[in-house]
Amino acid sequence: MMHLLVALFSGSLFGLGLVVSDMVNAQRVQGWMDVLGNWDPTLGFVLLGAILPMLLAWPLGARRGKALLGNALPGPASVQINRELFLGAALFGVGWGLVGLCPGPAVAGLGLNGSSGLLFFLAMGVGMFAVPSLRRAFQRAVPA
Amino acid sequence: MQQEWVMGFLGGLLIGLAALTFLLVNGRIMGVSGLLGGLIDRSGWGNGAERLVFLFGLFLIPVLWAHFVAPVDTHVSSNIGLVIFAGVLVGIGSRLANGCTSGHGVCGISRFSIRSIFATAVYLLSGVLAVSLFRHFLGVLP
Repeated sequence: MMHLLVALFSGSLFGLGLVVSDMVNAQRVQGWMDVLGNWDPTLGFVLLGAILPMLLAWPLGARRGKALLGNALPGPASVQINRELFLGAALFGVGWGLVGLCPGPAVAGLGLNGSSGLLFFLAMGVGMFAVPSLRRAFQRAVPA
Repeated sequence: MQQEWVMGFLGGLLIGLAALTFLLVNGRIMGVSGLLGGLIDRSGWGNGAERLVFLFGLFLIPVLWAHFVAPVDTHVSSNIGLVIFAGVLVGIGSRLANGCTSGHGVCGISRFSIRSIFATAVYLLSGVLAVSLFRHFLGVLP
């Protein structure tokens, strides 16, 4: 039960951070990527602010060895850079740039963005649903 | 302009504290594409309630803010074709890469994961290319 309350708290804090930093504003996010136009550096400050607490969190967690509620912490990060990572990140970046929404703000904006936001969320869900079969088809068509 | 950077940094700190809490208390990585994608493709149903509750908080606070604190302008495009196309790309891309801005950009970079640093560089670059091409050369984006 406690871990559900913590998840609710954590998700809420994330939502608050996205509103305070104005990252639910698709135009501001696009402004970060518009280096040929009116470049908006805000997103860089958001990333910096978000990374700082996590720079403390990882070593703290490693020293304790497990989470406060007793769960194991995530294992070491994979170091394998493969074509799926590259292809996925490239496709994700294009979609992110075109509308200015990534998954966090897409969820955070579900109640704010009207029908466009809902449509984006549904399309994103369809894309996510398709990935396991796309992955299999991709591996069959172009074996590594 | 300067105030926007400060608010960006403060909001970023809140996001980082949310990730810190989720990691140190629950032992989970705060990556939205993973949390949501696992619910959609069923791979994460083992801890589905935790995922749902997290996403509910993420959805709820902006709604409450807009209702009680100040209106929130999100400026999401009303071009239906563009919105669907971009949504599908974000869904496929973030799951194929096993992470998005929160998972790779915040949680991965901060543990110096080489995969996350690589992914973040690639999606930032392809985002810049997409905005430049579609806004300044094709004139599709306003």
